[in-house]
Amino acid sequence: MTADPRPPDPVVLGMYGISKRFFGVTVLDDVRLECRAGEIHAVMGENGAGKSTLMKILVGVHQPDAGRIELNGAPVRFHHPRQALAAGVSIVHQELTLLPERTVAENIFLGREPRRRFGVDRAAMDQAATRLLAALGAEDVISPRSLVGRLPVARQQLVEIAKALSFEPRVLVLDEPTAALSPHEVDALFDRIRRLRADGLTVLYISHRLREVFDLTDRITVLKDGRRVDTVETAEVNTRRLVHLMVGRELDHYYPPRAAPGRIGPVRLAVRGAGAGLLHDVDLDLRAGEIVGLAGLAGSGRTELARLLFGATRMTAGSLTVDGRARRLRSPRHAIRRGIGLLTEDRKSEGLVLQRSVRDNTLLAARSLGRGAARRVALADLLDRVRLRGGTDREVRYLSGGNQQKVVLARWLATGARVLIFDEPTRGIDVGAKASIHELMRELADAGAAILMISSELPEVIGMADRIVVLRQGTVAGELPAGASEAEIMLLATGEPDRTGAAAGASREGGTA
Amino acid sequence: MTTTAGPPAAPGAQPSAVPRGEPAGPRARRLLRAVPPIWLVLAAVILLIAWRNPTFVEPAPFLAFLRRCAPLAVLAAGQVFVIIAGEFDLSVGALVTAVVVVAARLSDGDAAHTWWLIPLLLAAGALVGLVNGLVTTRLRVPSFIATLGMLLVLSGAVFLWSGGAPRGSLADNFRQFGRFGVELPGLGQLPYAVLTLTAVGIGLWLLLSHSRFGHQVYAAGGNPQAAALSGVDVRRVRTAAFVISGLSAVVAGILLGGFTGVTAEAGAGYEFQAIAAVVLGGAVLGGGRGSVGASVAGALTLQSVFTLLNLLGLAKSLRDAVQGLIIIGAAAYAAHRLRRSG
Repeated sequence: MTADPRPPDPVVLGMYGISKRFFGVTVLDDVRLECRAGEIHAVMGENGAGKSTLMKILVGVHQPDAGRIELNGAPVRFHHPRQALAAGVSIVHQELTLLPERTVAENIFLGREPRRRFGVDRAAMDQAATRLLAALGAEDVISPRSLVGRLPVARQQLVEIAKALSFEPRVLVLDEPTAALSPHEVDALFDRIRRLRADGLTVLYISHRLREVFDLTDRITVLKDGRRVDTVETAEVNTRRLVHLMVGRELDHYYPPRAAPGRIGPVRLAVRGAGAGLLHDVDLDLRAGEIVGLAGLAGSGRTELARLLFGATRMTAGSLTVDGRARRLRSPRHAIRRGIGLLTEDRKSEGLVLQRSVRDNTLLAARSLGRGAARRVALADLLDRVRLRGGTDREVRYLSGGNQQKVVLARWLATGARVLIFDEPTRGIDVGAKASIHELMRELADAGAAILMISSELPEVIGMADRIVVLRQGTVAGELPAGASEAEIMLLATGEPDRTGAAAGASREGGTA
Repeated sequence: MTTTAGPPAAPGAQPSAVPRGEPAGPRARRLLRAVPPIWLVLAAVILLIAWRNPTFVEPAPFLAFLRRCAPLAVLAAGQVFVIIAGEFDLSVGALVTAVVVVAARLSDGDAAHTWWLIPLLLAAGALVGLVNGLVTTRLRVPSFIATLGMLLVLSGAVFLWSGGAPRGSLADNFRQFGRFGVELPGLGQLPYAVLTLTAVGIGLWLLLSHSRFGHQVYAAGGNPQAAALSGVDVRRVRTAAFVISGLSAVVAGILLGGFTGVTAEAGAGYEFQAIAAVVLGGAVLGGGRGSVGASVAGALTLQSVFTLLNLLGLAKSLRDAVQGLIIIGAAAYAAHRLRRSG
């Protein structure tokens, strides 16, 4: 190619008008993404914005309902990840997919081992692996003969990238590659990614971490609610502008009125200095009649906190009280007996027994508690209270997301739960059903339930919560009153230094009040 | 007995009671869909047999056929608990053998021993199930391995104890359960085995489909995480399923003792036939689906297919091959149906 002065590099990858629906829920809507040769291009967005789905479409895991993909200007269709690999699109998934009991070289060339007359040519394979590792500048720290399971996670990640490079891609997708890395390891990884860019590779970098995106990338495409908001030059935006692009939006539906101050009652569930796994020093009070919104980035410990309050994870530090009495929750059974209920983030894998009926799923917890508990409740009343109509013999897998959530909610009404933990209560639920779930939550609070609502959707947190608690890196980063802005929450969640001190102080006061 | 809270939805008041995703056909077709398909297959096979051999469906030969089916059907009715809970029980065949051999050796034909022997055998069966369950749920050994190990331990112990040549004989009052029956005027003998099967079948059906425990079995196999997060003690439920399977194997062994010899091969192959029967009945390996009734029907179907092969003059050695084809076919059909409706 002739040395061109400064026109934009040619577009290597173009995705145009990509749309995708899953089970009637629109996940991507008319999304456009263009990547130039030799750039690091970030795809950003909140949890659930559609980043992962877009990448899965790019690499042939999912097929788009509409839209087209072009590589070097030629249209392509991938029905299988192998086709994408052959065309020069490689991905490194967030979860590592290596075989721990095989060597580095065997993992890289799995199924494509160089052969000689009899069997695998180990020497050639090891050499080729070393060359790939050298492209990352990692040939000195990783031997092709090491067992992958013996390597630290950061190095396993490099093996995964080397494996992706072995397909000689033109486009390399890195899906949240830093989730398990320490800051020092992140910097080292970034050096290696820049090296690949210098070799002319186009890198798509999926993340929601602001700092990393600013450090590493050339351009940013922001997704929100399955739509492309904008594509910007990284050098031309600042943190505030980017946060605004990610979260700024109209309130898209009506939220029920908040609790009147007089209606908020005594503390039902409280933890002090709670810790387990990545959680540490968590103080939290849930009061009757109040909805507490719990916000934080993915990986900040929100779901872990929900499981801890429900006895699904044992508390290793701190104390917990239910209605003023110190309790140890050794299992969900104990928590349920104490009147706590958890609506899990993933209804299908953790909430429902999909092939069982509405009745069986509704009564599951009450039945497991004992004869008396199952006798007391009338199914028709329960379903009435959550406004679920239709037959009770339907298998729940045929229900819409909203109605499935109502079944799980009815399950906790059946056990008489007074503390309800909602983990992403409206994920994957359409707008109409969202509003009715929100109304139900408020009704329950008004009837005296203490509610903790975890949500990645900031408008939901702001619209519903009487008080907002923000988690960061396993502990409470701060607490905000009802009606705080999205920017305030995001700044606490991402840890902008100037805000944190003040907010943490406020939280301590709020906690002991 | 039933703890199903709340009245079932009145069909008239709920016009939208037809599940979404399932075509609403005319009433007759919908009724037909409600019948597990294995009953239709069973009826078809029996009709085929009757076509070749009309006496088969006369009361006496048919009751004799049911008597022959009873041990397998009882085994299947117990095995289905384990399968629905998401596990396997491969130890039942060896347990059946052990029941026959141990009973013969301990009683040596003396009728006076039968009345303490049966409770003892049941207790031993429950213990075997308990060990299977605890090894699977507490030591986290996959049940396939745990019960395969139990199979080998049991058959080894039987071999060791009997020196390879089982001695003794079964008392007549022990054998009567599998051999004799109640005289019915005009119909011949109603075998005790058929009565036992009916009682065990109804009892286990009530337990599985109409008790709190049964619902927890389905939940523990259908989605263990969701079940645990709803307060179900998944490990205890699974262990109980193994105990039920062990008890049913003892009952099957007692019935089988009525018409088989005292050999170290008395129950050989029954574990696979029981699993085949359960799969034929529409249960899904991996858990969450299945029923006692359909498993019993699966057992009857398997036996009637063997009868049919016999009738067509095919070698007995073909049985195993046919059984294998049936299992694969039934599992493929179930997977296909699930995919279509899922």
